[in-house]
Amino acid sequence: MTAAELLPATRAAVELLLLAMADDELVIGWSDSEWTGIAPLLEEDVAMSSLAQDELGHARALYELLAGLVDDDRDADAIAYDRPPEGHFHARLLDHPTGDWAATIARRYLYETADAVRLEALARSAWRPLAELVAKIRREERYHLLHVSTWLQRLASAEGEPRRRLLAALEDLGPDAASVLAPLPNELALEMAGVVDAPSATLDGRWRAAIGPTLERLRLPMPGPLVEALSARSDHSDAFRSLWSEVTSVRSSDPAATW
Amino acid sequence: MTVSTPSAAEIREALAEVADPEIPAISIVDLGIVREVAVEGRRIRVELLPTFVGCPALDVIRDAVRERLGRLAPGCSAEVEFTFVEPWTTERITPAGREALRASGLGPPVPADDLGLIDLQAPLPCPYCGSRRTVLENAFGPTACRSIRYCTSCRQPFEQLKTV
Repeated sequence: MTAAELLPATRAAVELLLLAMADDELVIGWSDSEWTGIAPLLEEDVAMSSLAQDELGHARALYELLAGLVDDDRDADAIAYDRPPEGHFHARLLDHPTGDWAATIARRYLYETADAVRLEALARSAWRPLAELVAKIRREERYHLLHVSTWLQRLASAEGEPRRRLLAALEDLGPDAASVLAPLPNELALEMAGVVDAPSATLDGRWRAAIGPTLERLRLPMPGPLVEALSARSDHSDAFRSLWSEVTSVRSSDPAATW
Repeated sequence: MTVSTPSAAEIREALAEVADPEIPAISIVDLGIVREVAVEGRRIRVELLPTFVGCPALDVIRDAVRERLGRLAPGCSAEVEFTFVEPWTTERITPAGREALRASGLGPPVPADDLGLIDLQAPLPCPYCGSRRTVLENAFGPTACRSIRYCTSCRQPFEQLKTV
């Protein structure tokens, strides 16, 4: 199935899926980049900067697919940077401030594990351009999962302050963790067309099954069910607006410039 | 003088002179990112595979390929596109490319098994002294495509192409 072969209802649903995925990668990339220069270890400075670059790259590729569908003369940069903050469609988990290192690891762990389940559900997508891009992205995301899982274990096993901070972060993020896999409007159209292989409720189950053994072994709490499902990707926080205003400031200083 | 249209093989030969902008020791052909070269009349079409989705060098590589094609076949139009139709993997690097990496102090990627699993602690040889007593320092490095390793024999840190 190519872009031209998508039925209008499916096309609208795919656009929303791409926007959700791209905005998620964009915002986690922005948050990761906040550690550049100030990470707790030099190696983590390198790692977080590289992770941020990967995530922004994934966002760009997803926005490019989206730009090919919406066909309104906006390119990937315009979609990413020229919307007001309330026009962004990322999951509420990513609305939390970057916080301390434990909050960063907790958020990354919850996000990356949910994103891995989402990507797996798209690996055999009937819409080939997405399946192809996802195949490439998954090869890179393996390193992200490995990185964050290692850190989760380190903080959880350290006892004392690291573990205390990690638990506090998980408690803070827990109610919003399931927002990444929250149902999208029109998601039935995605399933009917074979764009995704299962409804979001199934993906949520797969995610919990995937992280359950690790959380249990490390004596960490399983995130609860999603609170406020209807606003899983809207009503963004002041923390996000502040981040948005900083990362868009250069572009908005001269919107017509060529960088 | 009539300008003839080059063959696909001649185009590949010319592209073998285009160096990767981040690792100038290796050509884009040995890096395995040239997927397809097609010639149709006066039209040349080259398909490239990004090493990493977020590689910032893609525009530079595209321009370099266009520039080389412009010199090779001034009368032809050249279409240069990046595609994800198949993923670039480190398995696509040629043996000559691996040697070029080693000679420039970059460890070649660890082979991935059939399941695509990567043994990050594999005893990779040091590009400087050949010792296999090397350890992974950081899966992430100064560019998206590199990891950082350390040789405990010659005490030399070195970069390695990240296996994908």
